[in-house]
Amino acid sequence: MGVRSVLVDLLAGNRGGQILLAVLLAAVVVVPISNLLLPADSVLHVPTYVVSLMGKYLTFALLALSVDLIWGYAGVLSLGHGAFFALGGYAMGMYMMRQIGDRGVYGHPELPDFMVFLDWKELPWYWQGFDWFPFAMVMALVVPGALALVFGWFAFRSRVTGVYLSIITQAMTFALMLAFFRNDMGFGGNNGLTDFKELLGFNLQADGTRVALFCASAAAVALGYLLGRFIVRSRAGRVLVAVRDAETRVRFLGYRVEHYKLFVFVLSAMLAGLAGALYVPQVGIINPSEFAPAASIEIVVWVAVGGRGSLYGAVLGAILVNYAKTVFTGVLPDMWLFVLGGLFIAVTLFLPKGIVGTVPVFKRAGVRWRRRPGRARSPESAP
Amino acid sequence: MSDVPVQARPELHDTILYLDGVSVSFDGFKALNDLSFYVEVGELRAVIGPNGAGKTTMMDVVTGRTRPDRGQVEFNGGIDLTQLDEAAIANLGIGRKFQKPTVFEEHTVFDNLELALAGTRGVFGSLFARLGAASRERIDGVLETTALISHRDRRAGDLSHGQKQWLEIGMLLMQDPELLLVDEPAAGMTDEETEQTAALLTRIAGSRSVVVVEHDMAFVRGLGCRVTVLHEGAVLAEGTLDAVQHDARVVEVYLGR
Repeated sequence: MGVRSVLVDLLAGNRGGQILLAVLLAAVVVVPISNLLLPADSVLHVPTYVVSLMGKYLTFALLALSVDLIWGYAGVLSLGHGAFFALGGYAMGMYMMRQIGDRGVYGHPELPDFMVFLDWKELPWYWQGFDWFPFAMVMALVVPGALALVFGWFAFRSRVTGVYLSIITQAMTFALMLAFFRNDMGFGGNNGLTDFKELLGFNLQADGTRVALFCASAAAVALGYLLGRFIVRSRAGRVLVAVRDAETRVRFLGYRVEHYKLFVFVLSAMLAGLAGALYVPQVGIINPSEFAPAASIEIVVWVAVGGRGSLYGAVLGAILVNYAKTVFTGVLPDMWLFVLGGLFIAVTLFLPKGIVGTVPVFKRAGVRWRRRPGRARSPESAP
Repeated sequence: MSDVPVQARPELHDTILYLDGVSVSFDGFKALNDLSFYVEVGELRAVIGPNGAGKTTMMDVVTGRTRPDRGQVEFNGGIDLTQLDEAAIANLGIGRKFQKPTVFEEHTVFDNLELALAGTRGVFGSLFARLGAASRERIDGVLETTALISHRDRRAGDLSHGQKQWLEIGMLLMQDPELLLVDEPAAGMTDEETEQTAALLTRIAGSRSVVVVEHDMAFVRGLGCRVTVLHEGAVLAEGTLDAVQHDARVVEVYLGR
């Protein structure tokens, strides 16, 4: 099958997915023109900081997509996906640290500033290779994937499910946070990695680089969406939903439930790692706070708001909640956590299927309202 | 319900399922106490007994959900089931129906049967699996058998209780097992549905072995098969329903309460 027929197959009858891909495509065309070609005083000019902000939202959208795959479809509530995101981010950060070369504050020809400050004499073994971009990118996928493989192998094989699994994923990300806070781990401790200058030789502050990162993030969301769509539409995807709804029944049909969970958990961790790798150059820093347990919980809120079990819903939720966060932290910075908490409670109580799952309900209600006896002139309400 | 093609009952006296001296205890409570029990190839067998007699535990042991503390559990001439997990046992050809109907509510009736279809079980195989015409025909055949053909594309969660029970039996048929373990198939059914279910199970037996756990005596009578009475984790009596109903010990522990 050609690429085109696969695309048609994945998008047929899927209005949400069609809209999502159309919007992403439009953004990839319009944003570069608007930012790079229009004069800065034009009404249609998009400032570079907005481009990077939108790029950041897109990496969050990819992260939400990855959480939706494991939670919305397989029913495994991971409250540790921030860890996979951060690991991908650190891999990219390490590459960009190596790109600084001798232009650091201390001017050391090889070592990043924080290592000079710690009086280290040579690059630790686990930093080797990160000066080579392809290697760093492979690591951004492989390290989160490997952690998910080991963690998932033990957890799923021991049949840890439900709230217990969620708690140990929180413990995992918390443990990593504590580890990365330590200076002697060799990842910059508290401050993390920052002061990046270049990516593949392109100046990170340049408009063109920012626009390219935005476009790469949009492409990653589109590819992540199509991959997710391919999985959930396959028989394996139906097995995942079956696991979510009646795990024991799936076992007695002869499926190895732990294999299915492990597959989607690893894949989801790799998508989260990719999201992290795209996030770091756009915000310019990666530090251990990305591992904070609360950060992982926030991702789940995005998915819940958008619509658990709907891939484009997760994307929508991530973008909407993060836009709200940008607005609120600007206007009422102290209120944001209350808004987020309130949002989660409101969605859980009133919109259990999120925005995407609730729209059809309103549509049906609207149809009923228009057709109610005494109002409509429609034939079926005539006595 | 339409007719299932029934093969002539084989004149074999091989055992398909063989339990010998099986004991299981949970925190000191002996759920199974030196239970010995066997089922012949192609046989339909009813298992009755008061609550706590060990009926469900016996099924758990056979299907790999519970490991016995002691005893032998063998399938189809010497395959040791105590060393295998649920998925492996299911793939050997043992299907199980739960007491509470357990179907995939978010999937359509058709998709439920497709997932049960014998064949691909691995992750990568099922990522690229496509449904062939022969498989579609088999699914439609089972939809006919279970009288669900007109509900083919409905969400399974929207079916009535009785229809869910049949869908689950249909899923077992898709698995094409040699041995079916059926836990209280008539629970919560109307009289008419109960009769139809008994007829369905009777038709299925013969081509495969079926063990039915049931409380409903009218239903067991409808099956017209050998009956095993369990009590306190062991076999109390075995024989025709009339014979066991007149057994003094059975009357005492079960019917005469």
